[in-house]
Amino acid sequence: MVEAAIFQGLSWNPVTDLRELFTYPFMVNALEAGTIVAVMAGVTGWFMVLRRQTFAGHTLSVIAFPGAAAASLAGMPLAVGYFGFCGLGALALAGIAGSRRSLSAESAAIGSLQALALALGFLFVNLYHGVLNGVDSLLFGTFLGITSGQVAVLLVVATAAVSLVAIAARPLFFASVDAEVARAGGVPVRLLGFGFLLVLGLSVAETSQITGALLVFALLVTPAATAHQLTPRPLLGIALSISLALAVTWLGLALAYFSIYPVGFYITSLSFGVYVLVRGGRALRSRRRATAGLALEAA
Amino acid sequence: MFAHEFMRNALIAGSFVGLACGLVGYFVVLRAQVFAGDALSHVAFTGALAAAVLGLNILAGLFAATILGGIVMGILGDKARADDVTIGTLFAWTLGLGVLFLSIFTTQRSAANGTAGVRVLFGSIFGLSTANVRLSVVLAVLACALLLAIARPLLFASVDTAVAEAQGVPVRALGLGFLALLGLVAAEATQAVGALLLLGLLAAPAGAAHRLTTRPYRGLALSVLFSLGSIWIGLTLAYVFPTLPPSSMIIAAAVGVYALVLAATLRDPRTGWFRLASGNVA
Repeated sequence: MVEAAIFQGLSWNPVTDLRELFTYPFMVNALEAGTIVAVMAGVTGWFMVLRRQTFAGHTLSVIAFPGAAAASLAGMPLAVGYFGFCGLGALALAGIAGSRRSLSAESAAIGSLQALALALGFLFVNLYHGVLNGVDSLLFGTFLGITSGQVAVLLVVATAAVSLVAIAARPLFFASVDAEVARAGGVPVRLLGFGFLLVLGLSVAETSQITGALLVFALLVTPAATAHQLTPRPLLGIALSISLALAVTWLGLALAYFSIYPVGFYITSLSFGVYVLVRGGRALRSRRRATAGLALEAA
Repeated sequence: MFAHEFMRNALIAGSFVGLACGLVGYFVVLRAQVFAGDALSHVAFTGALAAAVLGLNILAGLFAATILGGIVMGILGDKARADDVTIGTLFAWTLGLGVLFLSIFTTQRSAANGTAGVRVLFGSIFGLSTANVRLSVVLAVLACALLLAIARPLLFASVDTAVAEAQGVPVRALGLGFLALLGLVAAEATQAVGALLLLGLLAAPAGAAHRLTTRPYRGLALSVLFSLGSIWIGLTLAYVFPTLPPSSMIIAAAVGVYALVLAATLRDPRTGWFRLASGNVA
């Protein structure tokens, strides 16, 4: 049977299966790390989508890859590389956004930065020799090798990132929705924009150690985009974004544990599935409302 | 350098890829669709790996996936200029699919094929066969011809959509066609520099050209010149220093050119200082 081959070790008894999930320390660490990452990504992602900085966010997550490659080449701890490169990337992106001349110039600059980051990453990996398997795990991550020390660091970074966003939440929201009026009202729009990119870089650097550079983006953008589809209200939207991110991370981890396929596939597919359902539901509802309106007019 | 067949192949294929990327990239930057190019590069990765898992021709999978991806993005976005959140959501999932195919592929095949994923991601321009080169020349010429055929109305539609629409230019169809064409070029460039790096060939030379001139035909010529130049520089560097990967060198050259142009255009001619604030540079 196909199912038996894909889902090995699943007893189909929910209680035993749940208990088994928490048996091994690596799985407990993965679940804890996933929870922290999901909360952080849910919050920062919501603002990223609001500010239409998806491209910048994706570029930051890509910059994590040369960071890790450079650190392993230099024999330093990976975290140094992740944080150093993501910090520099946030600075560069803030510079690009600060001199916002036109949308097309900005997108060309961000694109060039991202390509440079990837080229550097591949160069470092090549110079490091023979770790081509390492590329896959740097890019796509692995939930299996997380230590409890990493979880502790993750918790500290996430608390810092989320509380920074929480402190600046009101002015940041104001500046994101209407920059001109906010500036006139005395809100330091540029400073906020720069600060937000730094926090985004921080959370991306931390997250990509676990999900890999390429999949951070999935947790940042998809739950947040779904939440924005569902409600324009900020607090409710952020709460929704966090809960969606948590749900897909937990489910994805559980599915990956019992099957032979990678966790990244499950997390991205689950979150994309929810997004498609929500968008489809909205489209259907607005069409029904339109036809109902027509019917009323006809009557 | 020209005595080796692999080097001749790389130079010929690279030049045509550079030509196509320079031309298409100019419009990509003009229409602020670099993010769409980014997304297509991930689609290319997933398409190639899906074909590998299913035992189909990798090239066929690559081309089918990117052209289809371009069309889907055109349909989803409003007025065929796909919006960034929709694109982002879509390609996050595409990447997830790519990871799935990668894991199936590496467990299914022997370890010798384990680097296939890396090769798709970062290209293998020194490993092109003569048949590959012929194919990429034909496709690049096709893409350039198609683009030049729609260049004038596309330019009009990109610069001022509303006026172009009022004049009867089929804006939506042009946008869709352009994204499909972008898909074709993306697949073509994936062979040379890999799925992840093709973005650099689309964005950097064209971005530099846009900074230097606002006149379209001069800009197109400059963009092609920069992208050809960076391919040649990159290939030469990789040939002279064999430890350096060619795709990284090509992108480094392209971004280097962009950085030079950026520095030159940001410099204030009177004071000699760099202007980072929002001054207007023509």
